[in-house]
Amino acid sequence: MGGVHPHDNKISTEAAIEQFPVPAQVVVLMNQHLGAPATPIVAKGDKVKVGQLIGEAQAFMCANVHSPVSGTVSKIDICKDPFGLAKPAIYIDVEGDEWMETIDRTPDIKRECNLEPKQIVDKLKEMGIVGLGGATFPAHIKYSVPEGKKAEYLIINAVECEPYLTSDHRVMLEHAEEICIGISILRKALGVPNAYIGIENNKPEPIRVMREMAAKFEGIIVEPLKLKYPQGAEKQLINAITGRRVPSGKLPIDVGCVVSNVGTTFAVYEAIQKNKPLIENILTVTGKKLPSQHNYQVRIGVSYNDIIKHSIGELPETTGKVISGGPMMGKAMCNLDGPTVKGASSVLVIDESEAVRAKESNCIRCGKCMHACPMGLEPYLFSALIKNGRYEEAGAHNILDCIECGCCFFSCPANKPLLDEVRLGKNKYRGILAAKKK
Amino acid sequence: MKLLNISGSPHVHSDESTKRIMWRVNMALIPALIVATLYFGVNALLVSIISVAACVLFQWLIEKFIMKVPTTISDGSAVVTGLLLAFNVPATASMLWIVVIGALVAIGLGKMAFGGLGKNPFNPALVGRVFLLISFPVQMTTWPKVGGIFPTRLFTDADSGATPLGIIKEHGTEALPQAWEMFVGHMGGSFGEVSALAILIGAIYLLCRKIITWHIPVAFIGTAFVFSGILYLCNGEQFIDPVTTILTGGIMLGACFMATDMVTSPMSKVGQLIFGFGCGLLTIIIRNWGAYPEGVSFAILLMNSVTPLINRWCKPARFAK
Repeated sequence: MGGVHPHDNKISTEAAIEQFPVPAQVVVLMNQHLGAPATPIVAKGDKVKVGQLIGEAQAFMCANVHSPVSGTVSKIDICKDPFGLAKPAIYIDVEGDEWMETIDRTPDIKRECNLEPKQIVDKLKEMGIVGLGGATFPAHIKYSVPEGKKAEYLIINAVECEPYLTSDHRVMLEHAEEICIGISILRKALGVPNAYIGIENNKPEPIRVMREMAAKFEGIIVEPLKLKYPQGAEKQLINAITGRRVPSGKLPIDVGCVVSNVGTTFAVYEAIQKNKPLIENILTVTGKKLPSQHNYQVRIGVSYNDIIKHSIGELPETTGKVISGGPMMGKAMCNLDGPTVKGASSVLVIDESEAVRAKESNCIRCGKCMHACPMGLEPYLFSALIKNGRYEEAGAHNILDCIECGCCFFSCPANKPLLDEVRLGKNKYRGILAAKKK
Repeated sequence: MKLLNISGSPHVHSDESTKRIMWRVNMALIPALIVATLYFGVNALLVSIISVAACVLFQWLIEKFIMKVPTTISDGSAVVTGLLLAFNVPATASMLWIVVIGALVAIGLGKMAFGGLGKNPFNPALVGRVFLLISFPVQMTTWPKVGGIFPTRLFTDADSGATPLGIIKEHGTEALPQAWEMFVGHMGGSFGEVSALAILIGAIYLLCRKIITWHIPVAFIGTAFVFSGILYLCNGEQFIDPVTTILTGGIMLGACFMATDMVTSPMSKVGQLIFGFGCGLLTIIIRNWGAYPEGVSFAILLMNSVTPLINRWCKPARFAK
C-alpha cells in the first residue's frame, strides 16, 4: 500500500567503518532520547573516564548518559543542539583515553549470556541503551512488556530504506555475529520464539551475510523485503513481516510485536556482553559532491564541524543543506557546532541544486499524494483543511495516523509542501485534544 | 560561515511536475492530430493551431490583466485545452473563427473564472465545446466529407458528410461504414474523435507514463459497450450494436482524454470506476433518448459535477483501522 521509489544513492556502501579520532572537547547533551532529560551527577572540575555515568535517568521515560571520553568536566550549561534548540549539556575537555575498568575492550567475541530476562532489562537501563532507528526510545522500557500484553514477534529493522544511509548496511557486513548474539539476548529478554530480520532486497550482500550467520543461531530468520520506501517504517515493517496492522493510536506491542533497529542490537551486544555503555554511534558521512564517502564509529558528543573537518576538510562551495538522517525523514541542521547524540545516523550533504524547493503551484487533484501515502490518508485534503483552520475535520480524517514519511510531498507534481502543512495540523489537533481533556 | 538552508523533510523530490504531465498529455494527442490532418486536410490542423493559440493567449491576457498573477502558460495546460477543444469540433472553415469563441469560454469561464488550473470543477474544453454546440448548432453539426488518405482540397466545406450517429438517426444502420473503417477513423465526425486507433496509441502512452490509470477508460467504454449490447439484444432494429457504439462519436476521445482529466475526475480507484460507469451510462441514455445524437460531453460534465461527492464517499483504505 502506498510508498514511493526515491533514487537510493547508496554511494558509501563500500566504505568500511573507521574509528573516528577522539576530539579535544565533547558536549554531551542530557536529553539524547525520547522523554525527560537525564540529571547531571558530575560537577565542574570532576575527572571522568570513558563509560562513566555522568547523567542519571530519574524520570520513568528517560535514559542514562555516560561519558564518551576521559578528561575534565569544564562546565555544565545550556548548549545549542544542531537544530538550534537549547538543551542542558555537560562539556568535557578530553585528556587521554582512559576507559572504565569494567568495560571489556578485547576484540574477542563473547557468546555466552547467562542473565535472566529481568537482569538483561536492568542492564540495558544501566548502560543507557536507546533505539538507534531514529526515535531513540529507551530500550529498557521497550523490553519491559507491560502487564497483560504479550510479545510474540521480535522484529529487527535492517531495512534502511532511506536513501544515502549505509551505517546499518556496514554494521551487518562487519558485525554480523555480534548482531546475532544481541538478537538472541533480546529474544531471551522478551521470551519470544523467533526473531525476524527485515532487509530490503536491494542489499544482497547483507542478506547473504546475515543469512549465513543466522543459520548458526536458533530462532533468527532473515526476511528479504520488497524495495519500497518507507518499508522500514515501524508499522509498515510489522505488516510486511507478520501481516498484522498496528491500529490507530496503538503501539507495536498491542499486536504482539517489538521492533528494534539492527544498530541497536549491536549496541545491546556491547552493553550486555562487554559492559560498554552507549557512547558511540555508527555514522555515515555522504553526499554526491563530497570528495570521499565514509562510515565512522564516532563518540557521542563530537561536534558536526569536527566530523566534517576530519572526513572531508570542509563543505563544498555549493552545499545547500546538511542533514542529520536520510533525505526523506532527516532533519536539516542549522548549527554544525552542535554535538552528535545517540541515534545520529549520518551527515548528509545535499547540493544547492537539490536543496531548494521548486515553486509551489495549484493542486491539480492528481491524487498522487493519496496513492503514495503508506497510511492510506489524503494529504491534499489535509492541506486544504489546514489552510482554512479546520483542524478538527483533519483529525476526523485520521491526521494523527500520519507517520511523516514524506511520500506525499515527494510525489507532488505541484510541489506543495504537504508534509509541512500536515505537521502543523497534527500539532494544532493535538492541542485541541489536550484542551478538551482538561 | 556560509548559511545553510533548512526546511522540514523530505529534502528530495521526485522529478514529477505539473508541466511535465501536461506536455506529456499534449504528446499523447499528436497521433489523433496526425490522423485528423490526413483525413480532413489542412483544415483540421488550422483549427487546432488557432484553438491552441487562442487558449494560450486568453489565459495569458486573463492572468496578466484581470488576475494580475504571474503567468502559467508554460505549464502546457492551455495547450491541452486548446487541442481537446479543437478535437471536438468539425473541421470546417467556419470553425476557424468559431473555435476562438469556444477558446474564450473554455479558458475564461471553464478555467480561469474558478482560479486557474486545478480549481475548475468542469473540464474546460468540454465547457467550451458545449457552449459552441448550443450557440452554433448548425455549424457545429455540419460535417465535412471525410477525404482519402491524401485529401484533394484544403477547405472541405463544399461537401458535407454525416457522422455515423447522424446516419443512424436518419437512415438506420445499413448505410454505416465498416467497423474497421470506424476503428482507424475513416468516417465523419469531430475531427479529433474519429480514429479510435490514434486515440488508443495516445492513451497507451499515458498509461505507460502513469498519467492516467485504466479505471476510467475501461469503466466508461465497458459500461457503454455492455449497456448498448443489452439494448441491442432486446431490440436489434431500434438500437445500435455495441461495437459501433463505442467506435463512433466521442466515446474513445472522451473516455481516454476528457474523463481522465485529473482535475475533474475522482482520485481513488473505486471513485474512478464509479465515475467511468456513470459516464458510460449517461452517454448511452442521452444518445438513445436525448435530443442530441451524441451525449459524451454532457455525460462527462454531469459526472464532473458529482466528482467532489465521489471523492467524499470513496476514501482510500486506511492502513490503521
